[in-house]
Amino acid sequence: MTPIIDYMALSALLFAIGAIGVLIRRNVIVMFLAIELMLNAVNLAFVALGRRIGSMDGQVIVFFVMTVAAAEAAVGLAIIISMFRNRETVNADELNLLRW
Amino acid sequence: MSHLTLSAVNFAWLPILPLAAVAAGAMAIMLIGPGVEDEDSAGLGILALITLLAALIFAIFTLGENSLAFGGSLATDDYAAFFEIVILIATALTVAMSLDYVADEGMAGAEFYALILFAAFGMMLMAAAGDLIIIFIGLETMSLAVYALAGFLRRDPRSNEAALKYFILGAFSTGFLLYGIALIYGATGTIGLAPIRAALNDRAAENPLLLLGLGMMLIGFGFKVAAVPFHMWTPDAYEGAPTPVTAFMAVGVKLAAFAGFMRVFMANLGPVSAQWTMVLWAIAALTMTVGNFAALVQQNLKRMLAYSAIAHAGYLLVGMAATPRAMAGGAMLYYLIGYAFTNLGAFAVVIVLERKGAGGATLNDFRGLSRSRPGLALAMTLFMLSLMGVPPLAGFVGKFYVFSAALSAHLVWLVIIAALNSAVSVYYYARVIVVMYAQEEAVTAPPRLAPRPGLVASVIVAVAGTILVGLYPQPWLDAANSAYASALGRSATRIAALR
Repeated sequence: MTPIIDYMALSALLFAIGAIGVLIRRNVIVMFLAIELMLNAVNLAFVALGRRIGSMDGQVIVFFVMTVAAAEAAVGLAIIISMFRNRETVNADELNLLRW
Repeated sequence: MSHLTLSAVNFAWLPILPLAAVAAGAMAIMLIGPGVEDEDSAGLGILALITLLAALIFAIFTLGENSLAFGGSLATDDYAAFFEIVILIATALTVAMSLDYVADEGMAGAEFYALILFAAFGMMLMAAAGDLIIIFIGLETMSLAVYALAGFLRRDPRSNEAALKYFILGAFSTGFLLYGIALIYGATGTIGLAPIRAALNDRAAENPLLLLGLGMMLIGFGFKVAAVPFHMWTPDAYEGAPTPVTAFMAVGVKLAAFAGFMRVFMANLGPVSAQWTMVLWAIAALTMTVGNFAALVQQNLKRMLAYSAIAHAGYLLVGMAATPRAMAGGAMLYYLIGYAFTNLGAFAVVIVLERKGAGGATLNDFRGLSRSRPGLALAMTLFMLSLMGVPPLAGFVGKFYVFSAALSAHLVWLVIIAALNSAVSVYYYARVIVVMYAQEEAVTAPPRLAPRPGLVASVIVAVAGTILVGLYPQPWLDAANSAYASALGRSATRIAALR
């Protein structure tokens, strides 16, 4: 059986890739993709930890996280589309109407 | 207290009635909505108000319940009831000030009120969370609704931008919160808040998994309460969102975020508070300082109030840094009541003064208000004085209790920083008062909306709240203390004996 540390390391790696992706990419759709990657890294950690602890909680949370991620995609893409209609850009650097 | 024994088998109705009422109201509005013209959407707002009133009555009935429902997932203690009541009042005031705004701006009323109610549902769920999944579900239910509300002026590019920034950073922070939950689950083997508290001993406090989890959750909650350095989204989201939504974000979202934050960290991670209070010390000091200094230069009232909201989150975090002290929690709950009334009132005044499509009122719009609208100017003066912390208003008493809790925990330097910050804040709050009373009215006075009943009512309620909570602090403080005691799983009398 694969030791838990491998799963946790992979999860941490995926989470880091996602977090760095949000910080350095400028296309809001790619940023959003990176956020989804973070959530899935967390799912992996939940499943692996749940299996190790021997409780179902970890597995059940994943269903909730997936549901929420789907809802988030719906709201997020709607926001991105409404911005694209007005501004014709998905570049985060061009979001500069609000600043001090 | 109650005859209900809340086991997993016995389906407990009472504890979820306030939540169920709000959700049912939201769905009813969505069902009725398509048949209602946008111009007549005020009727849907009234329906939302009735829903909130019903939920409020149910929430008052759950006071004194103090039990767990749904296998420990839902905590129906006084803490939950306290936050539910304050959140419901704040939501009702938000709806009242939106009634005409929604019609004036040509927004889709059904979706607007339904989203407000869904967000309120998420907020209440967060306050009543008995395990970390419910914290997450509540947070997301609230956030998803508020992201959509922030972008509700679909044709206004600034509203789009506010929603997008809020969404990206909010979802980003959710990832951190969730990762923190996973790590704490791994360290303690449970997601229930009470079992987590039971599992925390000296050995657990050294567990790197737990420490990493604490840090991640701190980041996640830090974003939601708008603590520096996780505050970047706040001014932009507050400025671009429709003004009633800004009020809702500044008050409702902050109440819920603190409800979850305090329940998780202060009440249930209290046994390892030595591991995180120092971090909170630094975050509190930074949050107050950055918030107040950035607010000094703002011309747009919405943006100024956004930075002021950041500063107030800092004052509240001062209380959190004093965690093992039982009085800190009660003081923070009291502070939040005063904060809610005062801020809602201030935003209501901004709504009265802002021109259509202008995206908020600037300081210029307040010139000579004492002559053109003496009542409104007086109300705004009161709100600014309360935010400043002038006795005997709610803001002062709240600060007094929070800072004295911090002093009793020997956080002398933090209290000094907080006091200096309060002094700085006098400048930008007082500037609004000076502009209203000492300056002539602008030559090109904007055509202002006639005062509308919903707005007037919410300003009056906010004024009454700001004064009453400050003048008669004892009943509110007692309620706050017993609410916090119930989150700690102790009876109020025992807390009183400890003090």
